[in-house]
Amino acid sequence: MAVFESQELRKPPISQVGIVHWLRANLFSSKVNVGLTLAALYMLYVTIPPMLNWMIFDANFNFGEFSLFGFEFGEVMATNINCGRSAACWPFIYEKFDMFIYGFYPRDLVWRVDIVFAMAALLFVIARLVRNYQHKSRFFLAMIIGFPIASFFLIAGGVFGLEEVETHQWGGLMLTLIIASVGIIISFPIGVMLALGRQSDLKVINFFSTIYIEFIRAVPLITILFMASFVLPLFFTGGVDFDKLLRALVAITLFQAAYFAEVVRGGLQAIPTGQYEAADAIGLNYVQKNALIILPQALKISIPNLVGSSISLFKDTTLVLIIGLMDMLAMVNMTANDIHWMGRETEGFVFVTMTMWVFLYSMSRYSKKLEVRFSTDHKN
Amino acid sequence: MKKDNTIISFLNNNETRAIAFQVITLLIIAFVFYSGIDNLIANIEAREIHTGFAFLSNRAGFDINESMIAYTPEHSNLRVFYVGLINTLVVAVVGIVFATIIGLIIGIARLSNNWLISKLAGGYIELFRNIPILIQILFWYNIALITLPSPRGSFNFFDSVFINKRGIYVPEPVSEPGFAWVLIAFVLGIILTVFMRRHFKKKHDETGIHTRTIGYTIGLVLGLPLVVFLLLGSPMHLDYPSLKGFNFQGGKTFSPEFLALTFSLSVYTATYIAEAIRSGIEAVDKGQKEAAAALGLTQAQSLKLVVLPQALRVAIPPTINQYLNLTKNSSLATAIGYPELMAAFGGTVLNQVGQAVEILGMTMAVYLVISLCISLLLNIVNKKMSIKGR
Repeated sequence: MAVFESQELRKPPISQVGIVHWLRANLFSSKVNVGLTLAALYMLYVTIPPMLNWMIFDANFNFGEFSLFGFEFGEVMATNINCGRSAACWPFIYEKFDMFIYGFYPRDLVWRVDIVFAMAALLFVIARLVRNYQHKSRFFLAMIIGFPIASFFLIAGGVFGLEEVETHQWGGLMLTLIIASVGIIISFPIGVMLALGRQSDLKVINFFSTIYIEFIRAVPLITILFMASFVLPLFFTGGVDFDKLLRALVAITLFQAAYFAEVVRGGLQAIPTGQYEAADAIGLNYVQKNALIILPQALKISIPNLVGSSISLFKDTTLVLIIGLMDMLAMVNMTANDIHWMGRETEGFVFVTMTMWVFLYSMSRYSKKLEVRFSTDHKN
Repeated sequence: MKKDNTIISFLNNNETRAIAFQVITLLIIAFVFYSGIDNLIANIEAREIHTGFAFLSNRAGFDINESMIAYTPEHSNLRVFYVGLINTLVVAVVGIVFATIIGLIIGIARLSNNWLISKLAGGYIELFRNIPILIQILFWYNIALITLPSPRGSFNFFDSVFINKRGIYVPEPVSEPGFAWVLIAFVLGIILTVFMRRHFKKKHDETGIHTRTIGYTIGLVLGLPLVVFLLLGSPMHLDYPSLKGFNFQGGKTFSPEFLALTFSLSVYTATYIAEAIRSGIEAVDKGQKEAAAALGLTQAQSLKLVVLPQALRVAIPPTINQYLNLTKNSSLATAIGYPELMAAFGGTVLNQVGQAVEILGMTMAVYLVISLCISLLLNIVNKKMSIKGR
């Protein structure tokens, strides 16, 4: 009687497993791919090391003396001269950090802005924790109405014994965030109304909404900003001396409303006619129909695109520099014109670019996540 | 009692309400317009700003360093408008060409089965898409001004291409009499190619015999003008730039402003085009490729006849939208002073003349027309590409 003994399993060939297999399959699968991989590696070799050298290895990180656990670190802070020109001089950013974040906001009042930043961070954390639907709606109401009002009083001052800070002193990242959030919050309801107007059967309302949306979407934001800063004051009696920031906000809001309107219209068009007919059949009037049946569904499916549109708005806020507002980008030239730090534009640009990139990248990741989350609901 | 009912039913009538709403809206809009324009006129008079378009024929009085058409400070403001308009179109066309090329390469690279290439393309998209375009323009402009040498220390390529702070100098082809024939030959070549293709397609439809037309196409479109060019004894020479005093003379110059602007616009817009192309190719069902393979089509045939026509239907509309965005973004040249429409006309002329309503109105009208043209193009493309049902 034969006894079968199981033999030891032969190992798979080295080319079929592990790192060798991965390399062959993903980088060197064909002659063309070998060439492409080598070309890509060469390109990385040419670009990445010099960049890293400039930013990190050759760069100056001499932020001055500081003590940690009783030990003294560092030496005297680097100046423009002993920093050198061949690599980045980060002490410049370190010294001008407040300028990049708050602009010309009085230094002793900066804590008020910090409170607003802290409140915003807190709200984001709470927003992630609150799951209960009823509290959620109340919470969001507080977030989009209470928070902006509180922030406005804190930053602008002039009430409750807070010292007034005029808008021309606002600047830096703070201003960028203010413009973006005011733009989003105010233009959203206008956008929804425009979208409803464009979908409306009433010819006059439809006509004006369509004209408005198409006109705004056809021209660059910069022309509207110029209009707002040169022509808008002329539309009011006595040629009121408009606040510069207010002009920019009006322009950006009117601009963004048209884009939001198109996004919401996309959502409205996706709602089946049956929903409209059912709302009519149970006797709801126009306001009830839209507020209770149509908009909740339409807005829900447009959320990813609304976030996308808000991202564009955030990018567009940099344009206010052209009409003379001191946003974060404007601070690059402002700080590099300091007599002690002449010609440090590049460091400023890199810092501002990285900051904006972090904001925009996380927003775009968030919108992708929302897209995935919302698209699952409608798959069978 | 009955009368009350008619009034109530009249007030509740949908049509009555619709008319009432529209009349109210119309009145509000009319009121806002009327009071706005009334104030506008009063303010303009109070500030003694001129009105009307008479300023267009006035002497401009400032120089523009980059112009496709002849321009001196003695020319009129209208001339500045044309200079700006042409520069806008030049930036738009150059930007669109490069954005499309980069976008195509990145979009296809994103789908490559080479891990490194695909990740690099993804990194490119995530990096440049999430940096506001204005920052990119200012950044590259600043880098160019800092790193490039002065005219005397220019980078010199074969004594014909020079790069320095003032821009890139390249030899400029100057046509001599007789060059028109070369252009005629080129156009003729294109026309002949169309007929030739039609002929071979007919042959293919009738007999099933496929003819490769690529050789004929190259011969007609490139070869024919080349033969004419050589027969006429090369009626063209190159004008080389050369250092005279402190600056270069001759040749064609591309200023750092122009380069920074077109480079940033192409790099930025390419990320969106790449995404459009990627989503277009991904939108084609896998079954389509398998079916093409099952029919015995080669890889190239399957790509050309089955995959691409379907992918382009998805990819082209967003790409055309990006062309419009690029054109609108070219107005950001204001920030670095490249004299396109918004900088030269909406900026400098506005500062000198002060007639904001007219000048910004004209500027907006140009962008409106460009955008209408592109929408029209989009509609035609959509109609052509829509799935034709029976």
